Amino acid sequence: MSALAFILLYGISYGLVLCLIALGLVITMGLMRIVNLAHGAFAAMGGYLAITLMQQQGWPYAPAVAAAVVGVAAIGVLTERLLYVRLYQRPELDQVLVTIGFNFVVIGVFTLLFGPNVLSITLPPALKGNVDLGFREFEVYRLMTAAICVGVIGVLWWIFERTLVGAKLRAAVDNRTMAQAMGINVPLLLSATFALGCALAALGGALGAPMLPMEPMWPLKYLVLVLVVVALSGHGQVRASVGVAMIVGIAETAGRYLFPQFGAFFIYLLLIALMVWRQDGLFVPRRAAGVA
Amino acid sequence: MTALPSDSILMRHGVRRGEVAWLLLAVACAFVFPEYLSVGTSVLVMVILVLSFDLLLGFSGVLSFGHAIFFGLGAYVAGWLSLAGWTEPISAVLLAGLAAALLALVLGPFVLRLTGLPLLMVTLALGVLVFEAAHKATGLTGGDDGLSGIRIAPVLGVFDWGLGGRTGYVYVLAWGVLIFALLKRVVSSPFGVALQGIRENPGRMRLIGNAVLPHLVLAYAISAAVAGMAGALFTQSNAFVGLGVFALDTSVDVLVMLILGGIGSLHGALIGAPLYMLLKHFSSQWNPFYWMLLIGVLLIAVVMFGRGGALGIARHAWQGLRGGRR
Repeated sequence: MSALAFILLYGISYGLVLCLIALGLVITMGLMRIVNLAHGAFAAMGGYLAITLMQQQGWPYAPAVAAAVVGVAAIGVLTERLLYVRLYQRPELDQVLVTIGFNFVVIGVFTLLFGPNVLSITLPPALKGNVDLGFREFEVYRLMTAAICVGVIGVLWWIFERTLVGAKLRAAVDNRTMAQAMGINVPLLLSATFALGCALAALGGALGAPMLPMEPMWPLKYLVLVLVVVALSGHGQVRASVGVAMIVGIAETAGRYLFPQFGAFFIYLLLIALMVWRQDGLFVPRRAAGVA
Repeated sequence: MTALPSDSILMRHGVRRGEVAWLLLAVACAFVFPEYLSVGTSVLVMVILVLSFDLLLGFSGVLSFGHAIFFGLGAYVAGWLSLAGWTEPISAVLLAGLAAALLALVLGPFVLRLTGLPLLMVTLALGVLVFEAAHKATGLTGGDDGLSGIRIAPVLGVFDWGLGGRTGYVYVLAWGVLIFALLKRVVSSPFGVALQGIRENPGRMRLIGNAVLPHLVLAYAISAAVAGMAGALFTQSNAFVGLGVFALDTSVDVLVMLILGGIGSLHGALIGAPLYMLLKHFSSQWNPFYWMLLIGVLLIAVVMFGRGGALGIARHAWQGLRGGRR
C-alpha cells in the first residue's frame, strides 16, 4: 500500500513536469508542425539560467525561475526569427538535421560555460521539508511543482481549446495563405507561439531541475521521453498529452522502484510497444486517425 | 529487349573516374602516413557503415536513429566467434552480416510500418533499449569492460595482423571496395529504382502496384547486413569490442557523416566519413567544446545552404570552373 502511494505520488509529480516540457513541444511540434528536436535545449537553458541567477547573482528562487522563463522565451523568439522561419517549408529531414545541429551548438556552449559535470539547484528552505498528506509524508518541493504544473496546464488547455488564439493558430498552420488573407498576422502568431513553447520548456527545465539534474547532455538525454509523450498524444492534443505524460511518469517511477536493477529498460519497452501499436496517438480513435 | 538510354539510373553501375581516384588516394595514404594506419582503418570502417546508412536514408528515405544496433550486433558476433575459437576473419564478417540482416528482418516489418517522426522515435528508443540491455547483460557483452583477448587468424592464412596495422588497413579497404561495388549494383538495379520511387512518393508506388513494405524490409536487411559487417571489421581491426558500438552517438555520427559528405549517391559516404573523422581529430585536440560547436554549425550550414554536402559543393565548384572556361 505504501509502495503504491509512493509510486503514484512520485510518478504523478514527475509526470506533471514531463507534461509541462512536453506541452511546449506539443505546441511547437504538434501545432506548428515543425520537427523541433531542439526543444530539450530550451528546457536546459531554463534550468541553467535559473541556477546561474541564483548562484552568481544571488537571486531568490522564485524570481530566478521567472526570469529564466522570460529569458528563454526571448532566446526562443530570436532563434525562431533567425533559424526556424527558414525551416517551415522544408522537408522533415532538414528540420531534424538543423535542430540536431542546434542541440550540438547548445551542448558545446553549456560545456564551455558550466563544465561537463552535473550542476544542482539549491532549493529555498521553505521548499526543502516534508508535508504530511494524512496517509504519508511528501516533499513540499514536489507538491508545489505539481500544483504549478496543474495550473499552467489548465490555462494552456483553456487558451488552445476555448479561445480565438487557438483557432487562429490552427488556421495558420493548416492553411497559411488563407489565414493571412483572413487578416491573421501569421509570422507574429508563429513567433509568439514558438516563444510560448520555449517558455514552457524553460519552466519545466527550471522547476524540474532537482528531478532531471542539469548537465550539458541534458538536451539529448531527456529528449526521447518528451518526444514520445508528444508522439503518443497525437498531433496537438493538450488533454491527451496530459494522460500520456501521467502514464509515462508513473510507469517509469514504478519501473525504477520495483526493478531498480533494470533502470530505464521497461519504460522504453513500453514506449516502443505503444508507438508500434498506436502510431497516431493513444487516445485517437483508429478510424479518425486514418482520415486525418 | 530494347536498349536502355545511357543516362538511365539502371546504367549507373560503371566505374567512374572519381571512384578510382579515391581508391588510389586511399592506397597512397597507407604509404604516406604509415604511422596513422590504425586511424585510417577506423575511418574505412566508418565509410562502410555510412555506405549502409546511405542505402537506408539516401535511397529508401528511411530515417533511422538506431543504426548502431546492427553495427553493434555485428561487432559482438565477430567478438563471440573469435572467443569461441572461430578465428578465420572473412567468414566471421559474413556471419556477422547475416546475424544483423536476420535481426533487421525481424524488426523491419514492425518498425518500417511507421514513417516520419514515429519511425524516428521508435528507432531511437530501440537504440537506447538495446544499449541498456547490452549494459545489463554483462555475461554476454562484458559490460563496461567489453570483450578483450580477441584473436584473429591471418587473412587468407597468409597475412599476419601484427605488421604495424598494414594488413588491417588493406583488409578493410578490400571489404570496402567490394561492398561499394555491390551496393552500387543494388541501387542501380530495378529494386534500387523502386526504392528511390518509394522515397519520393510511397503512396504513388503503392498505387502502381508495388509492395512498399517488403521493398523497405529488404533494403533494411541489406543495410543492416553491411552495417553488421562494418561492426565485425571494427572488432577484428581493434582486437577488442566494447559497449560503445551500441551507443546512440554511433547512430548520430553516421547520420552527420552522411549529411556532411552528401546524401543519396553512395559517394558522399566516401568523403563524409574521412572529413568528419579528420575534423574531430584536429578540433578535439584543442577542446571538446569546439568539436560540438563546429559539428553543430557545419550541420546547420550544410542543410541550410549546401544541400549536397561536401560532394555537392565540390560538384558545384567544378561545374562553375568548366562553365567559366567555355
